[in-house]
Amino acid sequence: MLYREAGQFKSTYAQDQQIFPIRQDRIAIGLLLVFAFVVVPLIGDQYWLSALITPFLIFALAALGLNILTGYAGQLSLGTAAFMAVGAFMTYNFVLRLPWLGVIPSMILAGLCAAAVGIVFGLPSLRIKGFYLAVATLACQFFVLWALQRFPWFTNHSSSGVITAQQIVILGVAFDTPAEKYLFTLAIVAVMALLAKNLMRSETGRAFMAVRDMDVAASVIGIPMMQTKLLAFAISSFYCGVAGALHAFCYLGTVEPEAYTLDLSFRILFMVIIGGVGSILGSFLGAAFITLFPIFLNLASGWLSHGFGVEISHAAVSNLELIIFGGLIIFFLIAEPNGLARLWQITKEKLRLWPFPH
Amino acid sequence: MPIEVIFFLEVLAGGLLAGVMYSLVALGFVLIYKASGVFNFAQGAMVFFAALTFVSLVERGWNMWLALVITLAVMVVLGLVTERVVLRPLVNQPQITLFMATIGLTFVLEGLSQLIWGSQPHGLELGIPDVPMEWLSQKWNINISQFDLFAAFVAGLLVAVLAVFFQKTRIGRALRAVADDHQAALAVGIPLQHIWAIVWAVAGFVALVAGLMWGVRNGVQFALTFVALKALPVLLIGGFESIPGAILGGLIIGATEKLAEVYVGPMFGGGIESWFAYVVALLFLLVRPEGLFGEKHIDRV
Amino acid sequence: MILSVENVSLAFGGVKALSEVSFDVKQHEIRAIIGPNGAGKSSMLNVINGVYHPQQGTIKFRDKAFKDMDSHEAAALGIARTFQNIALFKGMTVLDNVMTGRNLKMRCNFLQQAVWFGPAKREELEHRRAAEEIIDFLEIQHIRKTPVGRLPYGLQKRVELGRALAAEPQLLLLDEPMAGMNLEEKQDMCRFVLDVNDQFGTTIVLIEHDMGVVMDISDRVVVLDYGRKIADGTPDEVRNNQKVIDAYLGVAH
Repeated sequence: MLYREAGQFKSTYAQDQQIFPIRQDRIAIGLLLVFAFVVVPLIGDQYWLSALITPFLIFALAALGLNILTGYAGQLSLGTAAFMAVGAFMTYNFVLRLPWLGVIPSMILAGLCAAAVGIVFGLPSLRIKGFYLAVATLACQFFVLWALQRFPWFTNHSSSGVITAQQIVILGVAFDTPAEKYLFTLAIVAVMALLAKNLMRSETGRAFMAVRDMDVAASVIGIPMMQTKLLAFAISSFYCGVAGALHAFCYLGTVEPEAYTLDLSFRILFMVIIGGVGSILGSFLGAAFITLFPIFLNLASGWLSHGFGVEISHAAVSNLELIIFGGLIIFFLIAEPNGLARLWQITKEKLRLWPFPH
Repeated sequence: MPIEVIFFLEVLAGGLLAGVMYSLVALGFVLIYKASGVFNFAQGAMVFFAALTFVSLVERGWNMWLALVITLAVMVVLGLVTERVVLRPLVNQPQITLFMATIGLTFVLEGLSQLIWGSQPHGLELGIPDVPMEWLSQKWNINISQFDLFAAFVAGLLVAVLAVFFQKTRIGRALRAVADDHQAALAVGIPLQHIWAIVWAVAGFVALVAGLMWGVRNGVQFALTFVALKALPVLLIGGFESIPGAILGGLIIGATEKLAEVYVGPMFGGGIESWFAYVVALLFLLVRPEGLFGEKHIDRV
Repeated sequence: MILSVENVSLAFGGVKALSEVSFDVKQHEIRAIIGPNGAGKSSMLNVINGVYHPQQGTIKFRDKAFKDMDSHEAAALGIARTFQNIALFKGMTVLDNVMTGRNLKMRCNFLQQAVWFGPAKREELEHRRAAEEIIDFLEIQHIRKTPVGRLPYGLQKRVELGRALAAEPQLLLLDEPMAGMNLEEKQDMCRFVLDVNDQFGTTIVLIEHDMGVVMDISDRVVVLDYGRKIADGTPDEVRNNQKVIDAYLGVAH
């Protein structure tokens, strides 16, 4: 009833091509942003902010990066964590060695480094496709991680191999508390999500999708294969790099290679698949799902043991987590291969008609 | 023979034999990909599950051969269940969807194995000692493990059997048809579900053999699941659809990786095994994008 | 003479797809290429637009000679085409597909597009207008936001034509544009092809099996058989040519 478009006419192309063409959507997004920027830091519990919401935003950004490459441009990549690692380590090094730069320019430069690595390891995509490419991206994942551990320059010759991320200070203002780190992350993620959306609804996005759907035809109509594929790798790696920097500076607090293993690459790939391939919203939904899932399981097992006296050992819980997680992935792929984003779209379509059935 | 040459031959032989072990795992991948077009990421978990089941049964006092038969039965059941629950609902979905489903399957198997059998590492003995063959070491001073040779022999036998199966039998032909095009195979009356069940069961058997070999080598522990990751460069080089490719690719990867580890590794401070095989495969692909024996995909517009 | 094919020979391994084929295409005309199956018609189109490179011979387009032109160079020069098996981008909407046809005319780089406000937005809206004109022309407004994969075959072919037209080509290559259509759809498509030729002045080379269509709308016809040219002239001349009749009836030669 509330969600009707009746009476909303678009009389210019500009109106038609807005990100949120329906007025109710614009209002909802506006409220959401106000809530996120103003209300959450005020009422947010420290634990929830630092253990849940901030990592959700960070992983959403990484999922966004991967979605650009795999969802929009169709280049399957299993090296996401490696790009995040590059972003994390290079930000640390820029802040350490060029302190006059400032945190945000350091992150941007680190992102550009990640983009450069992305271009190098994206070169094979010009010859190789599909699973062959995915396995080739594993080369990137393993090599980058080895390099970061092997050459002490990256860790500033630290003996333990684990380095503490520096404090974030912008124009003399320090971002120390969970709420401040949350706001910092939120601002960056919001801006980058907007840029990504703009990019994907422009010619670049269309070129990516053309390459994904039928690259021979794309090339025939004039879309340059090499530039398009490498641009996809570059932009995607940039996003993952920035996400990695945020991951180290606003979440973990340390910069360590072990945080960026193949496991993380898979987790982010799941976020993309479950959330919805080729969808900006999907990246957020998928990240939310995967971040909340272990919490939910822990709560459930705690409830089971307190409510029913059923004791489940810690090891059993983590094994059950694996089983249920795997099962959920399979379930999602069967039930809705286009992910949560599509489910959301269907919900909205039903909402337009509610309370009428059709 | 000068000692450097002997050492080189030992390293080479060790590498080749390690390569055969990789091929065993790669074989499981190729079987499933060849027959159902699915890139089964869960192969590593299947290897682990098979090995763990076998070893746990033996440790509980079961006779080795009986344990083998039972584990085989379990793998077959696993194949049937996988086909029914995972593959059948996903008929004709794009390959990446099926790939993601097998990753989900990986997690399920990993969790299930450890839930049922626990997570301590186990040693595995098959009666063949991991000692150098005496006549080789006495006559020419070369040390090559008996067990490695046994594993190579087993792998060779398996490959020969499978190659004949695919080329000569009716079921083999049906499998190849299914790999090409699910819907077309259905249209000519090939019972898709039966075929897939057969294939996954056979892949389960291959996983068991691989699990036993690797279990003796490295012990049966969770790290065994990562052996699948080593098989991937083998697949890149050999092509995803080729049995001889899996063997040849395994030999190439095994040999180059071992040689690099010994001769090139010290220049980089060691640890290059984690990525060397992948980079070799990558460079190989740049020359031949479908691998040695992979099928060329021609996009007709 | 907008296009001139001179002595083109093309072989795949041992199979000779084209043998010393020569013909020309006048500006503004509608030229049909016909012939039995396997005669090399699609290969000929592929050579003209740079997808295949002939072993022998040259293509002259607007006074520039080529032998090894790349397909996107051809696109940049003003040659657009449609394909026998629809080569649309199935994951995108009709509007998006037509817009991809404008890609060569878009100048903004990705950074400008990311910011959106300013030159990128202006450019996008300007090309949206051009795409909408084509959508109007082809009467597919009602499906402009539908993902192409969901459309029936006939409409998909129309969208593909729209994508080719979006590039404002000088030469349009159509590979069996009426294949698989019923009478009504064919009539519509014929009307569109003639309108394109009339209103936009585009030169058209088309491959077609339906003789009725060929005779009705084309100005001149080239007939290929087993990779060789066996006739060249107006539809009437070709219709009565004995060699053509033999080729189609399968008389041994």
